[in-house]
Amino acid sequence: MRRVVIYSLLGLFSILCLVPIVWLVASAFKANADFQTYAFAPPVDRLTLGNFTSLFKQMPFLRFMMNSFFVAGATVIIQLFFSSLGGFALAKYEFAGKKVMMGVMLATMMIPGPVLLAPMYELIYHLRLIDSHLGLIVPGMVNVFGMFLFRQSMLSVPDEMLQAARIDGCNEFQIFWHVVLPVSRPIVGAFCLIAFMGTWNSFLWPQIILQSSDRFTLPIGLNQMVGVYEADYGALMSGTLLAVLPVVVLFFLLQKEFIAGLTKGAVKG
Amino acid sequence: MQLNSSRSAPYLFLAPFVLSFLIFGAYPIIRSMILSLYITSGPEAQQFVGLDNYLHLLQDPDFWTAFRNTATFAIGSVALQLPLSLGLAILLNRSDMRGRNVFRFIFFSPNLMGLVFSALLFMLILAPKFGLLNASLHALFGLPSTTRWLSTPELVMPALIMVALWLYTGFNMVYFLAALQSVDGELYEAATIDGAGRWSQFWHVTLPGIKPVLIFVVVLSTIGSFQLFELAYLLLGNGSGPDQAGLTIVMYLYQNGFLGGDLGYAAAIGWTLAGMVLILSMIQLRLTGAGKEGR
Repeated sequence: MRRVVIYSLLGLFSILCLVPIVWLVASAFKANADFQTYAFAPPVDRLTLGNFTSLFKQMPFLRFMMNSFFVAGATVIIQLFFSSLGGFALAKYEFAGKKVMMGVMLATMMIPGPVLLAPMYELIYHLRLIDSHLGLIVPGMVNVFGMFLFRQSMLSVPDEMLQAARIDGCNEFQIFWHVVLPVSRPIVGAFCLIAFMGTWNSFLWPQIILQSSDRFTLPIGLNQMVGVYEADYGALMSGTLLAVLPVVVLFFLLQKEFIAGLTKGAVKG
Repeated sequence: MQLNSSRSAPYLFLAPFVLSFLIFGAYPIIRSMILSLYITSGPEAQQFVGLDNYLHLLQDPDFWTAFRNTATFAIGSVALQLPLSLGLAILLNRSDMRGRNVFRFIFFSPNLMGLVFSALLFMLILAPKFGLLNASLHALFGLPSTTRWLSTPELVMPALIMVALWLYTGFNMVYFLAALQSVDGELYEAATIDGAGRWSQFWHVTLPGIKPVLIFVVVLSTIGSFQLFELAYLLLGNGSGPDQAGLTIVMYLYQNGFLGGDLGYAAAIGWTLAGMVLILSMIQLRLTGAGKEGR
């Protein structure tokens, strides 16, 4: 009896979680005229690919997608390199000023992001990067959370392993590159997914600095579409579906690492 | 492990991070404090006004509207999300639980949609007439299908809280589940031997066991909720909604700083938000007694 209640509760909540997603998929293939007639999903024979055709006709959707891939890809790679190298230094070396530096960085994590919008705009304006992809990538290079994530994980790499590599003639960077980074593969995976999701969904900062539509990323481009083509719900849903697919694919590739990485800082911290 | 060859290594390794941190982290923080003492018109023109921005802010009815809305959202979402997340995590943590990973994935899946794309989706789900929510409420409970969730002032915040609940409950559950799994099983056995019932076990074993994570999630959720912007802005068609019922603090910052061009005022709003969040976090930490007892 008790089990029945528990599974019913879990089942009910599963339905609440999944229904909007199923509705998104159905709506992406639903003709605009059918939105009024079939609130849930139209019969299978009424499904259409028309929304996708009209999506690509109405807006440079592929362009937006390429822009998003470029910005997210570049940001993740730079963040990964800077954060993992910095995290390694903090985890495996003792040096003057280490404590102070970590304290300062932890303190800045407490400051809400919107505080930085105005000075960052000023800075990017003076660097003449307004309305450019570089203006999105450059302020995103620093990921303090990521660096602490790497530090936390690399603390558990045994010193003997590093020492052995030194005796084998590795220099310090080679130790990082050939020994520490490979054994940290899970955390690298988790970090890439978290960082990619963050950049892929970034809205406020791109909304502030992007002006030309050929530089728009997906969130900005799709949102623009709402105002202009208000009635084309089907196209909007097909665009939304295509926009979330890359994250879903990446999640399935990195699933295991992700859950581990997400909870690492919280549980062990 | 201190070798001569490795003395300069950590500095070199940290250099790229620290350099970009100084330019794009530390400098903007300091510059933001200075900027908040100026009235500006875009990045070129500025005039020193001392603390006037802050004084003006505290007298601006729009700011207080934004504060009320944001606080309503924060209280509503934290109060609904976290008990639900914890409850689900406890159900999934039972030793005889089958299909734990499947449920965990299902509960987490809304998070994969992301904030922006969820907002676009829910704009249609919440639409009157053909929207999924009204259609379901009509089909299941016979409620009218004409409810205008996003254009009725009283319904705007409940609608936003609902979307946030859908989006983040599973995300928080992942934290709670991980925390529950790290609670020592022997403590439960000991409690059972002492004759403790389920409630008593929850209060005396489970809650103390997950306390650090619980506090972490409460504080982070509050901080996150106070920065509400995208969800409101996108759902309300790039605006603040009917009677400004969806105006949030960050939206007020965006409107003044980037539509109005007053970067100084935007910086002052930012620091006011930071101050509020800091005070709230400290109250939460004090109330829960974090840091007083060692683990």
